[in-house]
Amino acid sequence: MSASTGTLDRRAAVKALLAERGDLLVISGLGSSSYDVFDAGEHPGNFYLWGAMGGAAMVGLGLALAQPKRPVLVITGDGEQLMGIGSLLTIATKQPGNLSIAVLDNGHFGETGMQPSHSGLGARLEVIADGAGIGNVCEIADMAGIEKFRTSLRDLGGGPRLARIRIAAGEVERALPPRDGTYLKNRFRGHLGFKVS
Amino acid sequence: MDQIAVHQDSATSRDWPVAIYRTLKSFGVAQVSYVPDAGHSKLIKLSHADADIKTTVLTTEEEGVALSAGAWLGGDRAVLLMQSSGVGNCVNMLSLMASCRFPLLTLVTMRGEWAEFNPWQIPMGRATPQAFEIMGTTVLRLENPDDAEEVISAAASLAYDGDQQVAVLISQRMIGRKKWTKETH
Repeated sequence: MSASTGTLDRRAAVKALLAERGDLLVISGLGSSSYDVFDAGEHPGNFYLWGAMGGAAMVGLGLALAQPKRPVLVITGDGEQLMGIGSLLTIATKQPGNLSIAVLDNGHFGETGMQPSHSGLGARLEVIADGAGIGNVCEIADMAGIEKFRTSLRDLGGGPRLARIRIAAGEVERALPPRDGTYLKNRFRGHLGFKVS
Repeated sequence: MDQIAVHQDSATSRDWPVAIYRTLKSFGVAQVSYVPDAGHSKLIKLSHADADIKTTVLTTEEEGVALSAGAWLGGDRAVLLMQSSGVGNCVNMLSLMASCRFPLLTLVTMRGEWAEFNPWQIPMGRATPQAFEIMGTTVLRLENPDDAEEVISAAASLAYDGDQQVAVLISQRMIGRKKWTKETH
């Protein structure tokens, strides 16, 4: 039905995106995106959202502004980004060079029974991001595109970026990261050298 | 009270945004986000003019809640400025702050409570304290311009040192009547 439904395996795509991550900091949107990031390898520089739908990109912006010398990658789903669509405009006003957003787009709300999302019904997130003023946007449909995007993340002057990654819509087994938000917060801050008060 | 004293009092009253700005600076606030608001306009200007503060305009208030969480993850202290009419927009995102015990300091200019001309402002203004409190956010009131430093300082300590979510509601009386027409009422 939808031109936006892709063929990439989401787990393989995220794993490739996080290969040789170096000093990359990662925020993941609730649901499958958090499971994908966890499945790619536990890391104290991962902050998994388990709620706050629509907030992932803004958490990424606050972090990117606070840590301008570290690359920040938000990995989220089409439904999560759609709920916080205005955040693309807000991010564009700040032009944070170190912030990148990878939208895993299967055109569906996967966590809630695979209802078609606005993306699946025709909206194109990379075009919306471009219109919002995020100059560096792309659509990725194969692993070569993933690799190209991964290497671009190190360029701290090249953002903000948004990639719409066309993943397959199939269900994958859940991989559940820690859910204790205070633990995740303190672990992340500890990774950056901040003491727990 | 003589004329000079009265003049000084009114100067102090006008400068409460400056007192808030100085207090935020003394707490090392590095990020300010806001949804535009007339009552906060001076503080927004001061913030934009300060090269050490990253100032972000939002499309909706809950973005600033999430931004404050990200700022804290990265070691920055953040403040969110809004008007009472936007508080309801934040309710779901406040669960992020409560779940992770993220500090949140938000300064809210009140509408719908003092000499309000626009009835559409009244329901959200009336519900503002409860909208915060149902999510576990502590509500403090700033009623008098001369208390600005003390109240903001107490709120900042509670937020940044106590890991709490704190909203300071700035009385509409401090902001003054909104002039809608040239006629006086």
